[in-house]
Amino acid sequence: MDQEAIYEKLTEIFHDLFDDDSIVVTPELTAKDVEGWDSLAHIRLIITIEKAFKVKFSTTEIAKLEKVGDLAALIQSRA
Amino acid sequence: MPIDLYTELQWLPRSPKDFSASVKAWSEADGGAPLRALASHGLDLNQLTRLAKPISAAIGRGADLAPLLPFRLAVIGNATLDFILPALVASAARHGIALEIIQPAYDQVAQEALTPDSRVNASKPNAVLFALDYRALPLKFVPGDADAAANAVLGATGYLAALREGIQKNCGAACIFQSFAPAPEAVFGSLDRALPGTMRWMLSEVNRGLAEQTLAAGDVLLDVAGLAETVGLASWHDPQLWNLGKFPCAESVIPLYADHVARTLAAMRGKSRKVLVLDLDNTVWGGVIGDDGLEGIRVAQGDAVGEAHLAVQRMALDLRKRGIVLAVSSKNTDEVAREPFLKHPEMLLKLDHIAVFQANWNDKATNLQAIADELSVGIDSLVFLDDNPVERGLVRKLLPQVAVPELPEDAAGYARTLAAAGYFEAIAFAGEDLKRADFYQDNAKRISLQKQVGGVDAYLASLDMTITFQPFDATGRARIVQLINKSNQYNLTTRRYTDPEVLAAEEDPTVFTLQVRLADIFGDNGMISVVICRPGEPGEPGVWEIDTWLMSCRVLGRKVEHMVLNHLVEHAKSRGIHTIVGRYLPTERNKLVVDHYAKLGFTKISEEDSGRTEWKLDVAEAKPDIAPMKVVTLASE
Repeated sequence: MDQEAIYEKLTEIFHDLFDDDSIVVTPELTAKDVEGWDSLAHIRLIITIEKAFKVKFSTTEIAKLEKVGDLAALIQSRA
Repeated sequence: MPIDLYTELQWLPRSPKDFSASVKAWSEADGGAPLRALASHGLDLNQLTRLAKPISAAIGRGADLAPLLPFRLAVIGNATLDFILPALVASAARHGIALEIIQPAYDQVAQEALTPDSRVNASKPNAVLFALDYRALPLKFVPGDADAAANAVLGATGYLAALREGIQKNCGAACIFQSFAPAPEAVFGSLDRALPGTMRWMLSEVNRGLAEQTLAAGDVLLDVAGLAETVGLASWHDPQLWNLGKFPCAESVIPLYADHVARTLAAMRGKSRKVLVLDLDNTVWGGVIGDDGLEGIRVAQGDAVGEAHLAVQRMALDLRKRGIVLAVSSKNTDEVAREPFLKHPEMLLKLDHIAVFQANWNDKATNLQAIADELSVGIDSLVFLDDNPVERGLVRKLLPQVAVPELPEDAAGYARTLAAAGYFEAIAFAGEDLKRADFYQDNAKRISLQKQVGGVDAYLASLDMTITFQPFDATGRARIVQLINKSNQYNLTTRRYTDPEVLAAEEDPTVFTLQVRLADIFGDNGMISVVICRPGEPGEPGVWEIDTWLMSCRVLGRKVEHMVLNHLVEHAKSRGIHTIVGRYLPTERNKLVVDHYAKLGFTKISEEDSGRTEWKLDVAEAKPDIAPMKVVTLASE
């Protein structure tokens, strides 16, 4: 799966989960940029992404994620 | 991907594509009914969370969400409940409840219950849910130490009893206790079950003790242990999520858990269902009694299909034994529908078990309303079990208060799906329940139906039907012959023809032949009607006689016959036919169509003692009723 397709799908997930269609999903996007992206929403985001991309992340991987770029790279390494 | 019965709530229709937009479009002025409608789909956690947002906001403003009933629930837990609580709010709407949640601080179980002015006690909730998992209990692994194990169990149940007393004394709310789902990890292996002092042994004892004391105290038990066993302990407990944020169960099981909490709250409010209405053909038995006959329907032990339908019957009987009233709604002639109950030796259900028996040709929404009226129960007391997605869709559309489970393709899953939906959740069982079914039985008169529920045309339009007309051809011939020789009910003349006879009609230019197919949003129904018209007496040019007109009962009530007549009239005109003559030849099975020609605007020209009637239609004056469907006319190949 290429990065473009990954970002397209991620954008859909972000818009739906945070109920905000104005979010622009870029590699540099982090939790502090998005309203409502707290630690609980983060877990829900990870679970939603795991289901959407049919992947499973390890606890260490989840802990290391700092920005959307990390997430996209991780997805690409799996899918 | 097949839908998982339990974690994806397979009995509920799938969520619509515009779900998020519909949630957004809701405003307080719309009231609670659209919220309930939106909640009544198989929603995942994100969708439940989304739906909960406007509901909780409205409740926070003190809005009236009628017809939803208000309910204040305090939830006391030992783990992170933040995913669960919104799911509870949305699931409660599904069960007719506007749920306000009181959530104390994290892991303050004993403090909240025992302190008189705690957040929970001060808020005077209607009920308190102790959403505890096994980690909340004072249990220590003491393998083989029977005394220590017994003491630990007493300590745990005593702790739970103390929590209950605290709530009783401090705010008097009803308490809901959960049984405890053990972790799947065994220390010994199978021995964990048998050896006192293992977690599995102790939790099993705690669950038994908790069940007893909860029932004795008049509190409510939510069998989370049973639910977790149903989906599998390994699916229930997610070690990663526990480690990440002390989430007590896997995300995937939250919709199921929340629905179980919600149905329990609904049961506490007396909103559980009371009546199970059964379709007959392909639900109570396999096959179509009107076409397959007593010998043809499948309801026997040893026949896999028959066993599946027997399982439905067995479940209906068990439900009746605990006080659920049984009724029948079937598109059939009454005598034909009763025949298996009276004569089939393998039928478990007997006519005595059925409080109201509605076998007629009305639409099912009308019949369900009549059943509710007859039993003097609200329409929201009914559950309707039917294998046919069109019937289910019609009832959901016209009577959204009726619970209509989606069913899997394979009848083997019918009974399980009905049970999983939990429509008849009860929080207690009393002696009167045993007699309730009989009570209704004695009072219910068998009634016949007149009233029609409106809006059928709108529903038909929503089915997006396409009807296809074509003369007989080689491709269709096998099915044409089959229909001619098998159809009993919607068959005006019941004339049987062999393959060569059908071929002869196909090739004869003076004979008008027609095969009709129907597709709708649920799929292609295939060929569903066959018509043959022959020229009238040699001395009477310009006359057609309808030799054969039959239709599959599966598409009854869809106005297919009106569309067929319209097509006939068009062709008659183009061929210079001025009169169409039709005959009804009565048989044991075709009472359904006794008024077929009258309904289509024909004039009766003769009637014999045998019931045989003759009808005619003046082509120039014919005004066939047009139904909302797309028409495709194909030439023969």
